Amino acid sequence: MTTATEKLELFEVFVRSKRGLDHKHIGSLHAEDHEQALEYARDCYTRRSEGVSIWVVKSNDICASQEDDADCFYDPSDDKPYRHATYYVLPDPVNNM
Amino acid sequence: MTLPQEENFMRKISAEEKIEPKDWMPDAYRKNLIRQISQHAHSEIIGMQPEGNWITRAPSLRRKAVLLSKVQDEAGHGLYLYSACETLGISRAEMIEQLQTGAAKYSSIFNYPTLTWADVGAIGWLVDGAAIVNQVSLQRTSYGPYSRGMIRICKEESFHQRQGYEAILALAKGSEGQKAMAQDALDRFYWPALMMFGPHDSDSAHSQKSMEWKIKRETNDDLRQKFIDQTVQQIEVLGLEHPDKAIKWNEERGHYDSSDLNWDEFWSVINGNGHCNRQRIEHHVAAHEEGEWVRDAITAYNEKKRAKQTQDAA
Repeated sequence: MTTATEKLELFEVFVRSKRGLDHKHIGSLHAEDHEQALEYARDCYTRRSEGVSIWVVKSNDICASQEDDADCFYDPSDDKPYRHATYYVLPDPVNNM
Repeated sequence: MTLPQEENFMRKISAEEKIEPKDWMPDAYRKNLIRQISQHAHSEIIGMQPEGNWITRAPSLRRKAVLLSKVQDEAGHGLYLYSACETLGISRAEMIEQLQTGAAKYSSIFNYPTLTWADVGAIGWLVDGAAIVNQVSLQRTSYGPYSRGMIRICKEESFHQRQGYEAILALAKGSEGQKAMAQDALDRFYWPALMMFGPHDSDSAHSQKSMEWKIKRETNDDLRQKFIDQTVQQIEVLGLEHPDKAIKWNEERGHYDSSDLNWDEFWSVINGNGHCNRQRIEHHVAAHEEGEWVRDAITAYNEKKRAKQTQDAA
């Protein structure tokens, strides 16, 4: 019944709301190719001037880290508190450095 | 016995952390969400029909542009919600099939007909108004994609309610005939709008679990009360009569007391016997089937393009 919709690819949409800001993930949509995904994204996510630039990426092309493995994945930086500014105790008069 | 993953899930819920698509979740949580989000998405899509009915007959070019814009928003909201629901592992095609076969429901309010232009105003003001009360609360729902969808929808929804109120205000301040039309629309849509919040908490099959899992953040009755309270002054400003003759401020509760709803009507419309149930679904099926050739053309074009690319590469 809706086989055609099934064949459409899933795209993730990122929008830059204003020059100088990052592109931010805003949602997803089905489209047949990048060009059409851009047009759909414009119609769907920027009806009220929410953006000056749109990125579309095939969802399948995204490689993501697993949140459940976060503990060991980020482990290498967890034991390095000296990477934080607050690690260093300085005399009060100069502590606003 | 609680499994460690279930403990971890409940820990996230009680710490107000969001659940994200790839996280482990209980089957019942997933099912409950699919039911609620798809029902919400279907409501946005079917909701285009009663208002779409008036696009070609809007009384001015301005009202027509506004209404077109609003109906287009509803299609967008349907898409946000279908996308959120798809992250739970159900396909768009399955959802559409469930809608068309009646396995999935949509908000009963859209089974009421739009008889006059004033109904379009009443829908924006009351129906979208009630939806906003519900959706503002759902911005804090525990499922991440649903919550983000709600935040986006709420940003757009305020225009819907304001344009509806403005349209009905124009009628309420107009001729005797126009004022009567506004009153009639209020009288017909007020009660079904209150029913949008669902049955009493005590009769609501899914409420308790949904509250525990923080899918829903406030109960049906609390949300309904909020809407009743905020609507009283809006009716006064219009200079119309309140449809509920029992409406009365209760100092002690800090809320308005009101009549109970006609629950027989509520259940009857939910079970398929509203004015427009059959028509809404028939129209959806027809639109879907008539659009088949467009989807086929897209697929054919895509295949042709891919074949050409392979040929060029060879």
